[in-house]
Amino acid sequence: MKGMTVRILSLPSPSSYLIEVLTMSFIGIDLGSRTAKYVILDRNNSIISFKIMAGGVNPLEKLRCALRKEGVLKEECRADIVATGYGRHTAQGDLAERTITEIKAFALGAHYMHPRARMVIDIGGQDTKIIALDGDGSFENFIINDRCAAGTGRFLEVMANSFEIGIGEFGSFALMSGNSIKINSMCTVFAESEVISLLAKGEDPRSIALGIHQSVVERIEPMVNRVGAREPILFAGGGALNPCLANLLGKRLGSNLIVPENPQIIGALGAALHGNKE
Amino acid sequence: MNNYDEMWKSLNIDLDTHCKLLDVLGQVYTDIYLNQDNRPEGMEYFDFVVGEVHGLRIKELLEHKAKGGFIAGAFCLFVPDELILAAGGLPIGLCGGADLTTAKAEEFLPRNICPLIKSSVGFKLAKICPYFESSDFLIGETTCDGKKKAWEILNDFIPTHVMHVPHMKTEAGHNVYRMEQIRLMGKLEEAGKTKISFENVKKAIELMNNKRRALARLYETRKHQPSPISGKDALLISQVAFYDDIPRFTASVDKLTGELNKRIEAGISPFVGKTPRIMLSGCPSVVPNWKLHHIIETSGASVVVEEACTGTRYFETLVDESAASLDEQLDALARRYLSINCSCFTPNNERTEQIINYAREYHVDGVVYNTLQFCHTYNVEYTKVEKALKDAGIPVLKIETDYTAEDAGQIQTRIEAFLEQIKS
Repeated sequence: MKGMTVRILSLPSPSSYLIEVLTMSFIGIDLGSRTAKYVILDRNNSIISFKIMAGGVNPLEKLRCALRKEGVLKEECRADIVATGYGRHTAQGDLAERTITEIKAFALGAHYMHPRARMVIDIGGQDTKIIALDGDGSFENFIINDRCAAGTGRFLEVMANSFEIGIGEFGSFALMSGNSIKINSMCTVFAESEVISLLAKGEDPRSIALGIHQSVVERIEPMVNRVGAREPILFAGGGALNPCLANLLGKRLGSNLIVPENPQIIGALGAALHGNKE
Repeated sequence: MNNYDEMWKSLNIDLDTHCKLLDVLGQVYTDIYLNQDNRPEGMEYFDFVVGEVHGLRIKELLEHKAKGGFIAGAFCLFVPDELILAAGGLPIGLCGGADLTTAKAEEFLPRNICPLIKSSVGFKLAKICPYFESSDFLIGETTCDGKKKAWEILNDFIPTHVMHVPHMKTEAGHNVYRMEQIRLMGKLEEAGKTKISFENVKKAIELMNNKRRALARLYETRKHQPSPISGKDALLISQVAFYDDIPRFTASVDKLTGELNKRIEAGISPFVGKTPRIMLSGCPSVVPNWKLHHIIETSGASVVVEEACTGTRYFETLVDESAASLDEQLDALARRYLSINCSCFTPNNERTEQIINYAREYHVDGVVYNTLQFCHTYNVEYTKVEKALKDAGIPVLKIETDYTAEDAGQIQTRIEAFLEQIKS
């Protein structure tokens, strides 16, 4: 499938972090609905280390264990931790000293990855965010679509399941098709039933999969227009790992989408950057 | 603590469900209101009123009836309280602000309708509101579509007189309202067994204007930076205005305002100087709906003004007191009531101008435009208000919600992000 060019940005390579963690470091944690992430920065804002973990039932404990292993929770060199994400308030007063919303975190993180970016599209586990950036690391406007999980990572996960394909391969699978079959249901539960009945009818699975990705893009486009489309656009969150979404969104918005390496850590990165600012 | 069970039983209240309601209300009020820091002493009166919300005030209403008066329940600013008072009645606001009775209402009303309407109708159907049960009849109005049709349902449960309120502020609209006042007067005179006179209307206008002026003076103190009173406390006062005894309420507001002015001189406030100042604009927050105020004020901001029925729209215009005959009084009343800038009117550009004015007068850092779900008129009006605010350089965030706690986390994220945006 011919798509828009998508430029990949890579992260700075980790420096010798054993030395770095013993000096001043800044940590951002992002407690999302499906995954928990952390990023460790040195005082110069270079990324020393980062990790993405499945959240499970107790994401805070998972983060605590992982950070302890990194050596950054020792009393003598306790790092400043800023929390963001869905579960940020549970971390406050415990693992983290301060919190910022995921809007601010993504704005800071996106600006770091690509200072000229003027918009962030974040497709997360349970919500989708569109953020208009002002070019100085701050944001001017935002929309969160979170009353309903259609058009989010969860929607795609449920759909991938009906194909018995891993979510990591679902995008490339869909891209193999030349045409898409329209999915009528907006609701995740009803859409799943619709997919199953299409498969049972013998319709081309790749085309159905492409239709599902189209549904997601169709929900995102009006949100982008509501905020006011502006380029360049940074595509972040777990959803950005999906090449079909990146492809379709780029074509739909008529724009180059920038997809950073490890797009899921943009929030945690922003939280860490905030920690180093104030 | 008085036991009002006998009184409630005499009103056919469902005691068990009612008890649950009071327990929840008591806990919520403690969490949201009594746990605030640095409250003015004058709020004690209003805490007392809430504590006695289904007790003392109901007793007063029943005593009024025993003396030959009547109770008229209403839901909207367009119902002329002065005429009810002049006929020997007491006007009581019955708007519902709790989710408790929504399921009951959905047996009769569609699911996709304003939560305020469902709550109000639900309270009547579930028989847990002594204000409803004390009302001799209701006065509805043709403001929004939802309410207009809901009266047809409610009328099966309690007699409901519906006023035709025009949707345009034209000469024709004024005439409609004038004629509807006459029709309403007939109903009120029948209920009060009395003729509405120039003298009685004059007294009522003075009483109501005094209440409006008292609220205006209270709101003036919130223009100070920082405000000497929390937005939640001010909201509560605006909510209590709909049903409390008028002279007592007015005096309590004036007493509080005196204390607030002293607090301003002494530099006392529940907020520190740099707390962001927010205006809440849009649909009313009726008792006990404190959701948005609570989220905003526990996220590190202050609500300094409400552009709503439970706010500036309640008191911002007075009735002309120079009327020399009943006819002139009715004209003055019509002019005053039709000056309210509700989104049910078309066009409603005066409201947009008023919002910008208030934003400047109250030195707000941002506007949270708050609508109830399915409120078409306020939701559609947002498009124009948003543009005007953006042109004026005033940040705005729209929050559309209902009475459930389901979206509290998501609203908090949006409010927090909005405050981060304002502060940067």
